[in-house]
This record gives sequence, C-alpha cells and structure tokens, in this order.
Amino acid sequence: MLTPTRVLIAKPGLDGHDRGGQVVARILRDAGFEVIYSGLRQSPEVIARTAVSEDVAIVGVSLLSGSHLEHCAAIRERLDELGARDVAIVLGGVIPDDDIPALREIGVSAVVGVGATPDQVVAAVEDVVTARTGGSEGGRDA
Amino acid sequence: MSARTVKQSHETESGIPVAPVYDRTSLPPDWDPEQRLGVPGSPPFARGPEPDMYREQPWIMAQYSGFSIPEETNKRIRRLIEAGQTGFSIALDLPTQIGLDSDDPRAMGEVGKVGVPIDSLRDMEILLDGVDLRKLRQPRTTANSIGPMMVALFLCAAEKQGVAPEEFSVLFQNDALKEYVVRGTYIFPPAQGVRLTSDVIEYCGKHLPHWTSINVCGGHYREAGGTAVQELAFSFADAIVYLDEAKRRGTPLEDQVATIWFFFNAHSDLLEEVAKFRAARRMWDTLLRTRYGIEDAPSRALRILAYTGGSTLTRQEPMNNIIRVTLNALAGALGGVQTMGSSSYDEGIALPSEDAALISLRTQQIVAYESGVTRTADPLAGSYFIESLTDELERRAWTEIEKIEEMGGATVAIESGYFREAIAESAYRWEVDIANGSRVKVGLNAFVLDGQDAEPKIEVFKTDGSAQRHMTARLEELRSTRDGAAVDAGLAKLRDAAADPSVNLIPALTDCFRAYATIGEVIAALESVFGRYEQGLVRFA
Repeated sequence: MLTPTRVLIAKPGLDGHDRGGQVVARILRDAGFEVIYSGLRQSPEVIARTAVSEDVAIVGVSLLSGSHLEHCAAIRERLDELGARDVAIVLGGVIPDDDIPALREIGVSAVVGVGATPDQVVAAVEDVVTARTGGSEGGRDA
Repeated sequence: MSARTVKQSHETESGIPVAPVYDRTSLPPDWDPEQRLGVPGSPPFARGPEPDMYREQPWIMAQYSGFSIPEETNKRIRRLIEAGQTGFSIALDLPTQIGLDSDDPRAMGEVGKVGVPIDSLRDMEILLDGVDLRKLRQPRTTANSIGPMMVALFLCAAEKQGVAPEEFSVLFQNDALKEYVVRGTYIFPPAQGVRLTSDVIEYCGKHLPHWTSINVCGGHYREAGGTAVQELAFSFADAIVYLDEAKRRGTPLEDQVATIWFFFNAHSDLLEEVAKFRAARRMWDTLLRTRYGIEDAPSRALRILAYTGGSTLTRQEPMNNIIRVTLNALAGALGGVQTMGSSSYDEGIALPSEDAALISLRTQQIVAYESGVTRTADPLAGSYFIESLTDELERRAWTEIEKIEEMGGATVAIESGYFREAIAESAYRWEVDIANGSRVKVGLNAFVLDGQDAEPKIEVFKTDGSAQRHMTARLEELRSTRDGAAVDAGLAKLRDAAADPSVNLIPALTDCFRAYATIGEVIAALESVFGRYEQGLVRFA
C-alpha cells in the first residue's frame, strides 16, 4: 500500500477568509490525501518550515488578497533555501489569468481558481504529484 | 446538466424537509398566535421590534465599502452626506483591524486595501474633518478585536470637535468571538477578546445608551458556509458569553442589553430567511426573559442589521446576481430588519464598480418603495408554512445552543475547534452539492448554455504602496512632534489597567489616544499583559 501524499494548505497574509482553503482541505482529505492546514496569517518563513517539518509533497497556497505573486515567490524562495526544491506549490483563490505566466516563472506548479469543481481540484493536485514523482505516489486510493 | 435533469431539492437550504402543502394541521393544535406571535413591537417580537415597522420609514440602507487613506475616506463621507445618505460604514483596513500600525512590516501591501487605515487620533481628525457627527444617522465600523479602541478614538475625535457623545451615535461590530472561527482578525486569546468586547457593552450601557455597543455576528458564520441554523445558534451562543459577562459586571443588565444588535445574512432561500429573522427575534426575547430575568419588554426587542449574501452570487453570467440580490433584499424586508446592506453584482469578479454599487442601492430602494411589502408589518405572519418554518428553525437552533452549552459554552466550543469544524463541513457539503447538482445555481450548474464564453476575467485590487508610504510619513511626523512622555505615561497606565481584570479599559485607552499614542503601541502594551493568540495546525486524515 502506498503512503498517502501529504499536503499543507497555507494561508499567508492578513486576510482571514479561509472558506476556500477549508473546503479544499476536505476535498483532498476525501480524495485520500493527508492534509494539514497552517491556520491564518502565516509568514512565508513559517509556511516553508512547516512544509519541511511535516514532510509534505505540496504546499497549497490560498490567497484572495491580490498579493499572490509576492507571497508565492517568498514561499518558493524559503523552500529552496531549506533544500526543499521538490516541494511543489499549488495556488488557489482569486487569481487573474494574466498572472499565470508570472506565477509559473516563480515556480508555482498549478493554479486552481475560484469556481474549480472538487474533481478539478483533485485532478490538478494529482497531476502535480505525478509530474513530481514520475507517478510513484498517488492520492486517490492510497 | 441539461434542463431536463435539473431538479429542485425538497429541503430548505439549511436541510429542513419541506412538505408539498401546509395547512392548519402543520402547526400543533395548541399553537396560539397570541403567545407565538403577539403584535409587532410587543413580545415575543416575532412580528418585528416596532409597532408599525416600515410604514413611515423603511430600513436604513447601508452600503459597505473601503476606501484607501483617511483623506479619501473623508471626501467620500462628505459626498455621501451631501447626497443624503446617513447610514454608512467606515470600513477599516486589515492592519488596523488587527492592531498593526501602517509602518509595521507585517502590514506590507495591506495598508488602505480593504478599508481605511487608522493609526492614531490624527487619522480620525482627518477622517471626520468637516463632518458633523450629529448629522449621521448610523455610522458603523468593522472594529472587532479593537472595539474599545475605536470607541476611545471616536470619543477623542468628538472631544476635539466639541461635540458631546450624547449628540451622536455609532454602531460597532465589536464581536471578538466570531473572529476566532471566521473572518480571522483576532489578536489576543479568546478570554481577553471577550473582555474587550464586554468593555464596550458595559461602557455604552453605562454612558452611551443610544450607541450600538455590538452587532453580534451570525452573518459571518453563514458567509463562511454555515447553515441558517448554525448562523442562529452560533451567534446566540456567542451572545450568551457576552451576556453572562455583562451580568457579572454589575451594571444593570437592561441598560447593557438595550445597546445590542445582531447581524445576519440575507441568503438565497427566501422563505427560510424570512422565518430566520422572525425566529431570531423570538429567541432573543425568550433568552433575555428566561435566562436573564429581564422584565422590561422594550429592552428585549431585537434589532437586526442584514447583509445580502455575497456567497450566493456567481461569477458566471454576473448580471444574474442583480436578481439574486433582489430576492435576498426582499427576504430582509419581509423579515423586518432595521438596517440592510446589499452586494454589488460584480463583486465576485472585481471591486464593485460605481454603476454596480448604484444598482445595489437601487435594488433596495425598489424593494422598499415599489414592491409594496413595506406597507404593513410582518406581511407573511399567519402563513402555515412560514409559521411552521419559524418554529422549526427556532427548535433546531435551541437544540444546537444546548449542545454548545453542554460543551461549556461558545468560548470552549471555539477553542476546541468545534465551531470551525462545523462551519467548514457545511461549506464543504455546499460545494459537493453544487458539484453533484443537488443544489441548483442557474448558469453555473444548471441551464448552462453550450458554447458559452469562458468565465469573465477577474480583476484584483492591488495597492501601489502609496497609501503605506503616505501613512508611514505621517507616523514619523507624529512620533517626532507629540509629547512622548505623555504617551509613555498613558501606555504604562493602560498596562496597569489591563493587569486588573475588574477594570474597564476604555478610560485608559482614551487617555492614550488623546496623547496621540498609535493603535500599534496600544495593542503592543496590551499584548505584554494578555499575550497573543495563535491558531495551531489542523490535521485532516
């Protein structure tokens, strides 16, 4: 039996509206992932350290505030500094399409916008997991 | 999903089963309208807090918006007053709401974003420059964890203008408890949050009986995904914490209670929402009478601020949202609320445009002045279905409140994560129901047109940092020109006051702000006594 893939749902910045992050945590839980939620107002530093200490494969960043470029870049940088280059970032929330190329450039692996269905959320995360490990790990049925 | 397979659920939005027909057998044989309804303006207030409700004057139409720096907000307030609008909100930015000065590194990118930054009395003076506080019918603020700080700032600002606090009134949201579950602008541990909220209730009860000390918030639980039952139950459980504390403090409870309002959402299930507002008023009357022994009937009349449900709107075919907001506003009107705010149809896509904001206000005006529902109080009273739904919502809410009381009350249920878990599970069920089509959203999961254009482009509001630079410069100037010794003395007295749980902090806060202490300094002083609240990791497996 495969070990379930671990995901950290992280909420940087001051915004306290975490309905989206909470729902995604449950969608991924029901799809067989082990999910950890960071709680509100976490700094990029704390998010990266939690990702490493919890040994997650993916950090799911939830942002509605418009500051996604800055926050994702900072989290990516901290993860890399901690030697966690293999930890992928998936971004969710209110994200304009125009920002997606810049987010890719920063090292965000996938963007799941508002309006994504539960199946689309799971598929996006599974694709990232597959790309990361070459398919040796899975969420669903794990 | 094609039109053929679209099927309406036979349950209300909150999961209450609905029969095909309601008649006299739907209510218990001993159902007595005298006792269950009374007359409008009299206990149990199911029919409304006032005898003739909207007949002479409809609800206060209050739009919520945030607008950058104090100078800009001041211009906006003055324009609104000229246009005759008197019930508006002074939305605060997030750093202010969690007690950070604009030059705090943690405030980076957030200054002036969702509201106006207030660092010190200087900003209040600019905000209210040329504004006659006495002319405002109901200014409101989104201060929650900083409730008593905003009271103190208003008192100082009025003092500067030479206006007595008796001559104007403010409505404070000031509900710290729900911030630990939804919305998230908590600062101190929950027990200290309750203390600060209660300081405002006590202070207003004693000195400012015409101010609204708190707007106990159910609406945020609903917007975060909760049901109507959770909205009622969790806000009432929070209110019980504040009422117990108010009673313990010794200021006559009637005086404190009379300053309390509730905030609820006006969501999409029209008749369930009407029943909810009616149930809330009856529950408040019952709670105050039976648990707190309040004999004075008028103090038991619940006043409600409702906001239409932003979470009921869709990004797809956004013009449909105008109709959704209309139905939500109609629910508020038929439910007898005292103040209403309504959403703009484009708020899922961008910051509301001026046109959309105007349509939102027009929506309320059309409901109020054209639909005819305001001519008579509580027009749906006596409907078999409405009465049976009102009873059922009330029954379910009390059951949930009893469960929370058995856990040790709202503070315990919040600290244990029960509230968060329950709301998030409801939000999850909502998404699953949308995904599988059992909850219909026209244009999103039903009657979707083939070849429909991709979703509208989202625009997000970005600050260019100019608000933060502006505010930082003002803080530098303030710190170099104020009397530093007076600030230090004020903060020292505040720390002493905080260390004594029997002291109301508003007088000490007023002294600090009068000396031009900043909100960040005041919060830091309190933090040295209270500590700071941190949410731990939550694990799902």
